[in-house]
Amino acid sequence: MSVTINIKNLVKTFEKAEALKDISLNIQPNELFGFIGPDGAGKTTLFRILTSLILADSGTVHINQWDVVNNYKEIRKITGYMPGRFSLYMDLTVQENLEFYAKLFGTTIKENYDLIKDVYEQIAPFKNRRAGALSGGMKQKLALSCALIHKPRLLVLDEPTTGVDAVSRKEFWELLKKMQKKDITILVSTPYMDEAALCDRVALMQSGKLLSLNTPQHIIDDFEGNLFAVKTENMYTLLNNLAAFEKKTQAYRFGENIHLVSHAGTQKTKENITAYLSGKGYREITVKQIKPVIEDCFLALMNNTNAS
Amino acid sequence: MWAFIKKEFLYIFRDYRTMLILFGMPLAQIMLFGFAITNDINNAHIAILDHSKDVVTREITRKLLSSHYFILDSYLKSDKQIKPAFRKGEIKEVVVFEKDFAKKMTTEGKAHVQLILDASNPNTANILNSYTKGIIDTYLFHNLLEEGKIPIRVDVQSTMLYNQQLKSVFMFVPGIITVILMLVSAMMTSITIVREKELGTMEALLVSPIKPGIIIIGKVIPYVVLSFINLIIILLLSQFVFGMPIRGSVPLLLGESLLFLIMSLSLGILISTVSKTQQQAMMLSMFGLLLPTILLSGFIFPIENMPVVLQILSDIMPGKWFIIIIKNIMLKGIGITYFWKETLIILGMTVVFVGMSIKRFSVRLEE
Repeated sequence: MSVTINIKNLVKTFEKAEALKDISLNIQPNELFGFIGPDGAGKTTLFRILTSLILADSGTVHINQWDVVNNYKEIRKITGYMPGRFSLYMDLTVQENLEFYAKLFGTTIKENYDLIKDVYEQIAPFKNRRAGALSGGMKQKLALSCALIHKPRLLVLDEPTTGVDAVSRKEFWELLKKMQKKDITILVSTPYMDEAALCDRVALMQSGKLLSLNTPQHIIDDFEGNLFAVKTENMYTLLNNLAAFEKKTQAYRFGENIHLVSHAGTQKTKENITAYLSGKGYREITVKQIKPVIEDCFLALMNNTNAS
Repeated sequence: MWAFIKKEFLYIFRDYRTMLILFGMPLAQIMLFGFAITNDINNAHIAILDHSKDVVTREITRKLLSSHYFILDSYLKSDKQIKPAFRKGEIKEVVVFEKDFAKKMTTEGKAHVQLILDASNPNTANILNSYTKGIIDTYLFHNLLEEGKIPIRVDVQSTMLYNQQLKSVFMFVPGIITVILMLVSAMMTSITIVREKELGTMEALLVSPIKPGIIIIGKVIPYVVLSFINLIIILLLSQFVFGMPIRGSVPLLLGESLLFLIMSLSLGILISTVSKTQQQAMMLSMFGLLLPTILLSGFIFPIENMPVVLQILSDIMPGKWFIIIIKNIMLKGIGITYFWKETLIILGMTVVFVGMSIKRFSVRLEE
C-alpha cells in the first residue's frame, strides 16, 4: 500500500539561484529516506515539488502512477506534509489543532487514533494548552500528529528536528521508526549529519545537486583515504599548519579535534603527522586514526565536487 | 468547511487584539464623529462694535446673543480694535453697526450692518455669516410688522429636507458604516489569509485535498457574520444615541449592506493574493482602501466640488455608491427603484473582484 517515488531529471530555477540541478532518484515503498544537506541545498524546494506545492521547470515526478502536476489531487489525499515552519495555529489548543486537521481531511481523531497514538500520548498531558505555548519538541510532535491524522501513505517531513533539543530529536526519530512499521513511506530532510545514520538510505545534497545516494553504511564504506583526528595543546594555529601539510587531501575543524584526510595507501601517515607537528613546535600531540562518520563523507564529497 | 468556520471563530475570540479592532473601532469612530468632529456651530465667540448704541442695535445684539450660536467676547470701541481682536484668535466674527442706526432706518429706510468674519475656516465663516444675517432679518421683519408697515421684500424660505436641523451625524453615519464595513471586511480577511501564509499553515492547508474555494469561504464567513453584527451595532447607536432615523425599509438596508460586505470581502481576498506579509496586507488595505474611501467617496468632501480627475476617480470607489444608497434608504426613505443603478454598480464590482481573486488564488504556493 505504501508508495514508490520516481524522480527524473528534476530542474528548478528561481530568479537568482538554481535550486535543483538535474535530480533523479527512486524511493522504494516503506523506506525511511533522508535528504541530508546544509541550508540552501534544495531540500525544501524538492519537497515542495513532491507535495505539488510548486512546479518544476523540467523533469518529472511520479508518486505511484500519479504525476505531481496532473494528478495532484490524488497525491494530496495520500500525503502527510510537515512544512519546515511550524504549521500549527498558535492560538488554538493542542486538541483543537488536531481536530481541525482531522476535519480538513474528512476524518476524526478517533478513527485513526491507533496511528498517532505513540506520538499523541507524549503530548496528551498538554492537550488544553495553546500550541504557541508548547516547547519546540512538543510543537514538532503535535505537527507530526497533525500530518499523520489522515493516515497518509507518504509522509514528507521538512527539517522536523531543526531547532529541537537533543532528547526530543532522539524521541522524534524513534517515533519515525515506529511509523515506518505502519506501512508509510517517509521522506525526511535534515541539516544534522548525525541523523543520517538513522535512515534506510540517504541522499547527500549540496547546492541543488546529489553528491551521493546510498545506505548510510555504504556511504561510510565508500570514504576514500584515511581519516585522522588530531589534537594538540595549542589548537589555535593548528588548522593553518595542517592545511599546509603536503600529504593531506583535506583538513577541517571537527568538534574539539581537527580532522585530516590523507590519500588511501599512504603509509605511516600517523607518524608523519606527529613528526611534522613536533617540527613546528607543538606539544601534547595526539593523532588517532578514526572511522569516518557521515559528516566526514559529506565534506569529502563536497571537496571533490568543488575540486573537479 | 464547518471545521474552518469553527477554527476561525476560535481564533478571532482568542486574539483579544483582533476583537478590540473588530468591535472597539466602530464604537470609537461613531462616538468620535458623532460628538467631537462636528460641523455644527455652537457658542462661537463674537465681538460687537456699536457706533450707534440705540434701541434697535441693542435689540439686535440681544437677539444675536440669546441664540445659542453666539457668545459675546467683548464690546469694541473703535474700528482700530477690530484687527487686534481677530489676531488674538478668540473671536470668529465682529458685528459693526453704523452711526445713528435707528435714525437712518426711520428716515432713510435703510441702515448698514457690517459683518467681519474670520475666514481661515471658510465653512465656519459661511455658516456664521448666514446665521447672523438670518437673525437680523427676522428681527427687522418683526419690527416692521409691529409698526404696522407691511414690508415689501422677497422672503426666501429655505427648507432643509431630510435633515431639518442640519445635523452632521446624519452625514457621518452612512460614511462610517461604509468605512467600517470596508475596513473590517477587507482588512481583516486579507490579514487572516496572509497570516496563514506567514505562519506556514497555508502550505499544510494546500497540501490537503480540500478545495481552495472552501478554504476561502471558510475563512470569509466568520467575518461576514462579525461585520454584520458591527453594522447592527452602528445602526442601533446612530438611532438611539444620535437620533438618526431609518426612514426606508430595514431589510433593504441590510440586504444592500450584505452586498457591499461581500464586495469588500472579495477585495480583501484579492489583497491577500498580492501581499506576502501581514504588514503589507494592512498597508494595502489602509492606503489602498481606507483613505480613498474616506476622501473620495463623498463621506467628508462633496464630490461635486472636486476636480474632474478626482470625480472620475471617485466613481471607481465602491464606497461612493454605497453611501448614496444608504443615504437614500435611511434619510429619504425611498425604495430600490431609485437606486438600482448604484446597486448594479456594486454588484458588478463584486463579480469582478470575486472573479479576479479566484483566478489569483492558486492551488500551489506562489514563489
